[in-house]
Amino acid sequence: MVLPAVVVLLCFAIFPLIISAYLALSRFALAPGGFTLKFIGLANFRKLLVGSQQYHLLGVFGAPGPGQWIVLVTAGAGLLFLLARYLVAGRPTVVGALGRLFAAAVAFALVLVTVVTSAAGGVPGTLVNTLLYVGIGVTVQFALGLGLALLCGQPIRGRSFFRVLFFVPLMVTPVGIAYTFRMLADMQKGPFAPLLRAFGVEEWSWATEAWSARMMVLIGDTWQWTPFMFIVLLAAIENQPRDQVEAARLDGANGFQIFRDITWPSIAPVAATIVLIRLIEAFKIIDLPNVLTGGGPGLATESMTLHAFISWRTQDLGGSAAVGYMLLFVSTVVCVSFFQFAVRPARRFEA
Amino acid sequence: MSDDARPLLRRLFEPSSIDTQAPAAKVLTYGLLLLWSLVVLVPLYWVLITSFKGPGEVDNGPFYLPFVDFKPSLDAWRFMLLENNTLGPYLNSVVVALASTGLAVLIGSLAAYALVRIRFQVKLAAIAIFLLLLVGVITLVATLGVSWQIAVAVAVALFLLALATVVRRTRRAVGNNDIEFWIISNRIMPPIVAVLPIYVMFQQLRLLDTQIALIATYTAVNLPIVVWLTRDFFAGIPIDLEESAALDGASRFRIFFTIALPLVRSGLVATFLLVLILAWNEYLLALFLSNADAQTMPVLVSAQNTTRGPQWWNMSVLIVVMIAPVVVIASVLQKHIARGLLVGAVKG
Repeated sequence: MVLPAVVVLLCFAIFPLIISAYLALSRFALAPGGFTLKFIGLANFRKLLVGSQQYHLLGVFGAPGPGQWIVLVTAGAGLLFLLARYLVAGRPTVVGALGRLFAAAVAFALVLVTVVTSAAGGVPGTLVNTLLYVGIGVTVQFALGLGLALLCGQPIRGRSFFRVLFFVPLMVTPVGIAYTFRMLADMQKGPFAPLLRAFGVEEWSWATEAWSARMMVLIGDTWQWTPFMFIVLLAAIENQPRDQVEAARLDGANGFQIFRDITWPSIAPVAATIVLIRLIEAFKIIDLPNVLTGGGPGLATESMTLHAFISWRTQDLGGSAAVGYMLLFVSTVVCVSFFQFAVRPARRFEA
Repeated sequence: MSDDARPLLRRLFEPSSIDTQAPAAKVLTYGLLLLWSLVVLVPLYWVLITSFKGPGEVDNGPFYLPFVDFKPSLDAWRFMLLENNTLGPYLNSVVVALASTGLAVLIGSLAAYALVRIRFQVKLAAIAIFLLLLVGVITLVATLGVSWQIAVAVAVALFLLALATVVRRTRRAVGNNDIEFWIISNRIMPPIVAVLPIYVMFQQLRLLDTQIALIATYTAVNLPIVVWLTRDFFAGIPIDLEESAALDGASRFRIFFTIALPLVRSGLVATFLLVLILAWNEYLLALFLSNADAQTMPVLVSAQNTTRGPQWWNMSVLIVVMIAPVVVIASVLQKHIARGLLVGAVKG
């Protein structure tokens, strides 16, 4: 009975994955009457990581100032501390230690690339853009979703109305959201144009500056995905032990104490899991940047999936597959690490 | 309320009983909730009224209220629905989303049920040999130009031979949890990695730009979610009924369709809706696999950015017709979806 599922996944996941690996290791060229594939080893990856396409994937490195150094040192020290704590206090195993070492190394490399390319004179590439979308987007969406769920979990009238209304953006197609926000953010004809004119900023355009363009993508993404966090967290909050909450209230506990000692422990496993789901999906972002900004200005909003799509359109199949594999690598490491170091402990915490 | 003897300030900031909120907190709660309601509604409202505008109303600056500061017209609607070919992509979207969701839920719940009720033991060596042969076949076909029929036949023979000799002697095996984890972890794979080979595959089969290609691909992409969600529904139903049916001689499939499936009906509805929405809104795969004939709505919407600049009024019509049905269905069944997701998130 499992067989149909396994066959489907073999055909559409494992088999393409292997072919893709082969493509990533070769150069594709159109030839008379078809195409040729030439095996070129790791050249595609070398080009992306240290060669002529480095600016595209990683970005242009700037000169880190004192602020950047502080972030780097803090991140490094934090990772080292976590590693040391595991080795000293935990019961280290060879596999566990190697896995953590690897995860820490990848995490540090990602922080390094992000920090160095956003320093003065640096330009972030598609890897950094994707990380920004994932990191900032998921954090903001979780915070907003949790806040709204807590508000909606209060004993107030009209709860079911808010719940249905807040759920709606999740249904809207991302392509539609992208156009809608372009309409809204139109500086001359959008609904906020008079307001902007009052502040005298109608000449300015968000689409021409890197950070404001990225902000727009993040706003659209947040508008769509906050409801997902909200709806699941609200269901979890409604499942928390009522009697404990009431007993705590009678004992004079304030809202924050109730949240810290009763609500949070009971929703932590759910919270960790939905953040994991969002992480998995967030790495695949393409529709919003593609329609909203086309990846511009420059490369400022191009995600890795969009990068791979653009490579494919320019007949660079090898490069496209290589970018895809880099994305697969980064997202797998991040998601598996999150599962190991956040979701698992959160579930044990409950039990 | 009137016999409340507390001073005004305390009455404002302290709840009168443990089941209610203090008035000040209540105002704050409602204020924030209404604020977010605006955040949700303003974009939707703007799309809706823009679909009743014409070029003039859009270009001459923002107009906010139909009938008050602009005269709504149905021109864009008439143009998009009657003259422009919107119906084709719309039908494609409906067919692809419904068919792929149905297939994914059927195949996925079968697998989930089996993983809950039957103990599987797959030899690790068999999997390793299978993968090795797969890589071998692909390399042979791609580099040496061996015809793929021969390569596959040889590989199958070798695999059966290995099963009968080497694999039987090994002991390490993967169990249900590993299989389940593998199925679910397929979702981590970004579709962009798989889409190029899938594109080539359908090109070889001459199925590019057909509904079949999209249905098959969407089924595969959404399968992990179905398994992940329905697994817990099946795990939650008592086994007694099924056992007595089995004693009466009912087959596994009969038990699945007549006993297990009806018991998890509401969970299935939630799963179906969730997957339906994902399939309905899918963009990247449709962009690769469809062109003119099988084009779906998201691709049509994104293609509206013409050389004359985007025609907001026409685009708004498309967005409205795309989101209206899902919003209606999902609003009605919103509670089921939330519960379904919660069950999945608790057990994972």
